Amino acid sequence: MNEKAVIEFDNFTFKYRTQVDPTLHDINLKIYKGEKVLIVGPSGSGKSTLSNCINGLIPHIYTGEQQGDVRINGKSIRETSLFDLSCMVGTVLQDTDGQFIGLTVAEDIAFALENDCVAQDEMHARVDEIAGIVEVGKLLKSSPGELSGGQKQRVSMAGVMVRDVDILLFDEPLANLDPATGKRAISLIDRIHKQTDTTIVIIEHRLEDALFCDADRIILVEDGRISADMTPDELMSTDVLIRAGVREPLYVSALKAVGVELEPEDEAGQIDTLHVEKYADEVRGWYHKQPHVQTRAYGEEVLGISHLSFAYDQNVTVLEDVSLSVRQGEMMAIVGKNGAGKTTLSNLVCGFLTPDKGEIRLNGSDISGLSVKERGEHIGLVMQNPNQMISKAMIYDEVALGLQVRGVPEDEIKERVNKVLRICGLYPYRNWPISALSFGQKKRVTIAAILILEPEIMILDEPTAGQDYRHYTEIMEFVRDINKKAGTTLIMITHDMHLMLEYTNRAVVIADGHLLADSSPAAILTNDEISDKAYLKRTSLYDLSRACGIDDADGFTEAFIHYERAHSRG
Amino acid sequence: MERKLLTYEEKDTWIDKLCGVTKLVFFLCWSVTSMMTYDTRILVLMLVLSLIIFKISRTRWDQVGSVFKFILLFLIINLLAIYLFSPAEGVKIYGTETVLAGSGRYALRAEQLFYEFNIMLKYFTVVPSIFIFIVTTNPSEFAASMNRVGISYKAGYSVAIALRYIPDIQADFRKIRNAQMARGIEMSKKGKLVDRIKSTTAIIFPLVFSSMGRIETISTAMELRSFGKHRKRTWYMARPLKRNDYLVIAISVLFMIVALTITYMDGSRFYNPFV
Amino acid sequence: MKNNKFTIQQVVAAGIGTALFVVLTETQIPVVIVPNTALQVRAALLAFLSAVYGPVVGGIVGLLGHALGDAFFYGSVWWSWVVPDAVFGILVGLFVKQYKIREGGFGGKEIAIFNVIQIVANAIAWVLCAPVLDILIYAEPANKVFGQGAVAFICNAIMIAVLGTLLCFAYSKIMTKTSSLQKEE
Repeated sequence: MNEKAVIEFDNFTFKYRTQVDPTLHDINLKIYKGEKVLIVGPSGSGKSTLSNCINGLIPHIYTGEQQGDVRINGKSIRETSLFDLSCMVGTVLQDTDGQFIGLTVAEDIAFALENDCVAQDEMHARVDEIAGIVEVGKLLKSSPGELSGGQKQRVSMAGVMVRDVDILLFDEPLANLDPATGKRAISLIDRIHKQTDTTIVIIEHRLEDALFCDADRIILVEDGRISADMTPDELMSTDVLIRAGVREPLYVSALKAVGVELEPEDEAGQIDTLHVEKYADEVRGWYHKQPHVQTRAYGEEVLGISHLSFAYDQNVTVLEDVSLSVRQGEMMAIVGKNGAGKTTLSNLVCGFLTPDKGEIRLNGSDISGLSVKERGEHIGLVMQNPNQMISKAMIYDEVALGLQVRGVPEDEIKERVNKVLRICGLYPYRNWPISALSFGQKKRVTIAAILILEPEIMILDEPTAGQDYRHYTEIMEFVRDINKKAGTTLIMITHDMHLMLEYTNRAVVIADGHLLADSSPAAILTNDEISDKAYLKRTSLYDLSRACGIDDADGFTEAFIHYERAHSRG
Repeated sequence: MERKLLTYEEKDTWIDKLCGVTKLVFFLCWSVTSMMTYDTRILVLMLVLSLIIFKISRTRWDQVGSVFKFILLFLIINLLAIYLFSPAEGVKIYGTETVLAGSGRYALRAEQLFYEFNIMLKYFTVVPSIFIFIVTTNPSEFAASMNRVGISYKAGYSVAIALRYIPDIQADFRKIRNAQMARGIEMSKKGKLVDRIKSTTAIIFPLVFSSMGRIETISTAMELRSFGKHRKRTWYMARPLKRNDYLVIAISVLFMIVALTITYMDGSRFYNPFV
Repeated sequence: MKNNKFTIQQVVAAGIGTALFVVLTETQIPVVIVPNTALQVRAALLAFLSAVYGPVVGGIVGLLGHALGDAFFYGSVWWSWVVPDAVFGILVGLFVKQYKIREGGFGGKEIAIFNVIQIVANAIAWVLCAPVLDILIYAEPANKVFGQGAVAFICNAIMIAVLGTLLCFAYSKIMTKTSSLQKEE
């Protein structure tokens, strides 16, 4: 390896101007030319602050007090302008829409060149070249509205690569992508890394997906300090990830559940390199000892959908002949790639759209005559982004809103709000302004605001998108609690495979407007054909069980998830 | 209740191939002329011309139809309102009074009819030019060309950002409104005014505040790609002015000068057929 | 941030603000008593953005937002009504320092200042600017345009007094970080 450090943190401490305590403490870190490094850590650990130092947003945009120094290509970030830094470090942000500034793909790629006053001919040639590398060459004239999340991300990559940067910095590149698209993004980053010898820094908490291609090092950030800096193989043989609240790859968790103590020589960084032969007997033995998983029986049908079809205009059919039946008390997932028709289905159920054909029944009776507001009393909808639902400053007022507009007397409102706040664990905060809450707490507020209407069914749109493992667990445990305590039937629209596996009993797969499968999540995630069509990714538990000579990968997956549930909650 | 917005559609006519700035100059000259003049002869000529250009641009009726109906409704209301407020405005302007029917304040006068006919013409001369402008101008190229007429590139980029994010914000608006409707909050026409304003806040607040967050993200993204580094910037979509552009600009300006000269030759902006 | 420079954030705020203004073009609250008039939600948005980002953003959002909104939705641009919105945005924005919204200090005194300024600015824009332009450009009858201007003035002033103030207040609250919160059982 080349011994030239391109990124160098030297006893670096940083405190934001608005905060009391430093966010980063005494960081020492060297990243060398041509390396590929993953930075992981829970939310609030300081990993984003670390990335803001690399691209120069600190100290040029976010000001604060600093000690020590950060050098990029040997130049101190303090003494180098943001313009010069951004010619060395290209940053791909998390928000695929926010950073897509151009009206078309070509313009967005050219944006930095335009600002550098590059001549038009040269610009056109350069854009064509880079667009080819990230495979968006055919989309140059498309507007962002016509692109998928994955395509937008590739455009953003091209937008920073046009400048021949030395370092590519990715801020949670997987957060907004479905698993298959995420896999493709990681492969593309890997290819760019190999072809161009660019230094790559990826900040991500979805470690298993990020490790789909090999990385040189993983750096774990915890409470503003670096608590681990080792190769993936070494890291998998420790338990620092779990202690820090970062999710390990599923196959690693499974091996640890079996009782295996991984060694660095096992090369557990990736499932493909793992020397599993050594442990196959142990895994098989464990599997045969697991009790057979009983499936819970559910109540009556609460929501019935028969032969539902919908098209925005005659040419574009979004949903065709979809039928399914949801039973009282179920927790189920609707999965499928973006644009497959999942959201359209929930819009039809809520009454925002009117179906062309088919019937929707609630407790056995047709609801086509009910207004959106009337349906809302039976079927609650929780949006993905809580900031797009919250309209009040105080928690109490936000939760009470749904009752106030229905003219419920003030005494009753107070009683019901307090009851719901208690169920949701928000009672101690009832007089807090919502702006003081964390993302997860805000999510609870929006769920509470729907729960107050006592709906039989709640539809949650991507309940955990962009959340780290701790917040993910917090939100999902809460949701499961609601399901148990209030008996609410829960339908979750998601492409998070972990969520499906761990928290739902049933998954409905929609692909290209058709219902492709309706089965247990474990069965779907161990079936290649369905996973491919739905843009899901086969779970690594499948590969593990196969490698260990267990034919029933579905059964193994079920057994492990069941074991996890039983053990994580005592 | 959602109407279709006017949008650009790529076509292959010579009007499409003109630079955005050319069309902007034409549009501005055309608007100014139409605003200033009350010369019926010129207004009629402009109406005929704009219909011809409309035809050449191959703008389809279904692209603009619903918007056009709306304008018609607005125009009728406005014409009626003028009559209601000032039924003898035409008499004041043209200096004669020719009662056609009725009597008293609301008598129907030829002068009033002619005056309101002129207002109608003024509307109709501008509308096709806007339709053409929006439907044939590539927004990207337009933002690039604004820089040419002396508007700072930063202001030009504000326009580009507005055009870029209108569809996104519209989608957000729809999503938020739907979710709040399901909670039972609707912008109904009933209830006290203050209550109605309050229920609006349930939709406006999340929309505005999440957009404020978006401003931060976009600023950061632009910052990281060196927006504002130099006093000038180049444009991927800029097109050089060609012969046709110079021709159209020259004709537009010339037309404006001639039309306004004719209008004001007799010292009044009104063409008076009554004397 | 220097005040005399058009910063990146202002460029973006003007763009996104314009987009919001355009999207809200048709969001109106009808007034039952006076037919054919409605409270314009976008007026409150314009006042809010001007008060947060200052006169340049306010002016651009008013001018561009109104012109584009008219053009996209109604296929015509009524310049005599576009200009007053720009004037209003600039006037409210000029006093940006007085409102202290971004610093989280929008309280009783600031609410009063904001409303006095918005009412004066509204009066200048709609009772003076719009009717005069209507007469100059379209030669419309004076009593009609001053009547319309007065109605627009009253509607906008009410809308901004309620919704505009609420927006400023809520945003100012978001910008303050309170640290004295305690859980209650």
